Amino acid sequence: MNIDSIRNGIVLDHIKPGKAMEIYRFLGLDALDCSVAIIQKAPSKKQGRKDIIKIDSEMSLDLNILGFIDPEITVNVIKDGELVEKKHLHLPKQIKDVLKCKNPRCITSVEQELPHIFVLTDPKKAVYRCMYCETKAE
Amino acid sequence: MRSLIDIQELSVQEIDELIATANDIIARPEAYREKCRYKKLATLFFEPSTRTRLSFEAAMYELGGQVLGFSEAQSSSAAKGESVSDTVRVVSGYADIIAMRHPKEGAPLVASRAATVPVINAGDGGHLHPTQTLTDLLTISREKGRLNNLTIGVCGDLKFGRTVHSLIAAMARYENVRFALISPEELKLPSYIKKEILQEKHIEYVQTTDLAAVMPTLDILYMTRVQRERFFNEEDYLRLKDSYILTPEKLQNARSDLSILHPLPRVNEISTAIDDDPRACYFKQALYGKYIRMALILKLLEVA
Repeated sequence: MNIDSIRNGIVLDHIKPGKAMEIYRFLGLDALDCSVAIIQKAPSKKQGRKDIIKIDSEMSLDLNILGFIDPEITVNVIKDGELVEKKHLHLPKQIKDVLKCKNPRCITSVEQELPHIFVLTDPKKAVYRCMYCETKAE
Repeated sequence: MRSLIDIQELSVQEIDELIATANDIIARPEAYREKCRYKKLATLFFEPSTRTRLSFEAAMYELGGQVLGFSEAQSSSAAKGESVSDTVRVVSGYADIIAMRHPKEGAPLVASRAATVPVINAGDGGHLHPTQTLTDLLTISREKGRLNNLTIGVCGDLKFGRTVHSLIAAMARYENVRFALISPEELKLPSYIKKEILQEKHIEYVQTTDLAAVMPTLDILYMTRVQRERFFNEEDYLRLKDSYILTPEKLQNARSDLSILHPLPRVNEISTAIDDDPRACYFKQALYGKYIRMALILKLLEVA
C-alpha cells in the first residue's frame, strides 16, 4: 500500500495489528476536520501483519505518548506528497497525566491537583512506576 | 539545595562520609555543639511518630539549632485542607531545613519539589524511611566494623516492612553480603524486590519460615514488628502478629558475636529477657539514629 494519496500529513506505520482503532481514539483523531484512513491487518514484511493510520493533515503528535502506547510505531511525515521524515519511537523516560496511580496510599489519591507522573524503571520489560509511591503501572 | 527522599539518592561514598561524621560526633560531641547555631529545623509530622520526631529534634538541639513544627495532622493546616506543597512553601520561610513524616506515600517528594529549603523524608506511609536505613547502616558499621562480608537475617514482616526493603537495597550495594529472609508465608518479601535487587545483582539469599535453621549463619539479625497500621484487615493482623518472637532459647544456637537490631518500637517480637544480652543492639541503634541525623542535617545544610 502506498502513501502517495496524502499530500501533507502523517502516516503512522507498523502499528500492531488490531490496535489502530485504539490509537485513533487515544489521539482524538475523530475530532480532526480532515481525511483519516485506517488500514487494518495490512501485509507487512517486518511483522507479518500491521495496522496503518493515514492522517491527511499536518498535526502535532505527542510522540512520548505514542511511544508509550507502542514503541514499534513508525511516524512518517509527508510534505507535498513526499516522505520527508521518518521518526522511530522509543519508550519515554516518563509520562505525565496518561495513567493514574491506583495505590490508595499514594499522595496523588488525596491531592487531586498533582500531576500523575510515571517513570520508566525497566526499559527491557517496559515497566513504569509512579514517581511518588513507586507502584507499578498496570 | 539538596533533599533526602530515598536512600538510593546517596552514593556509597556519601553514606560512608555520613557514617564517618556520625562517628566523629560520637567521639567529639563538643566540636559540634555550635554548628547549627541560628538554624531552625521544622518537624512537619502529619502522622505521629514520637521516636523519629524526638530523634530529629534532639539532633538539631545538639547541633545548637532550634526546632519548630507539629506532631500530628490535626494540629496543622492540613486539617483545613491545605496541600503539602503550600504548607512547605510557607514553612520554607520559617525554617532552614524540614523533616517530614506523612501517611501518604510520595508526600515528602512533593514537598521537596515545592520547598526552597532541604527536605528530609522522615517516613512516608509504608514506602520509604531513609534516616532509619542510615541509622541501621551506622549501627551495623559500628558493631561489625564493616558493611561488607556479612550475612544478614531479616525477620518478621518482610512484605509491608519498609525498613527491611530499604535496608536490603542499601546493603546490596556492598560486597559479599548475603541475606536470610525469614517470615511467615503471608508476609514474604515482595517478588519485585527479590527480582530487581537480589537476583539482578546476583546476591545470595535464602527464604525460609524457620528462624532456628538459619540462626547459626547470621552476623546480623534484623527483627521487625508486624504493624497493625499496614493491614486493611484486623483478622489478618491478629493471626500474624505473633509469628516470630525472639526469646533467649531461640538465641541458643546463635553466634556469640551476633548483633540483634530492631527499628523500634517493639511490641512483643523481642522478649525483654534479651535486653541485657550483649548481642542486643536495638537501644544503641535508637541512640545512633540521633547521631546519623545530626550528620545528615550538617550535610544538607552544607555546614562544614
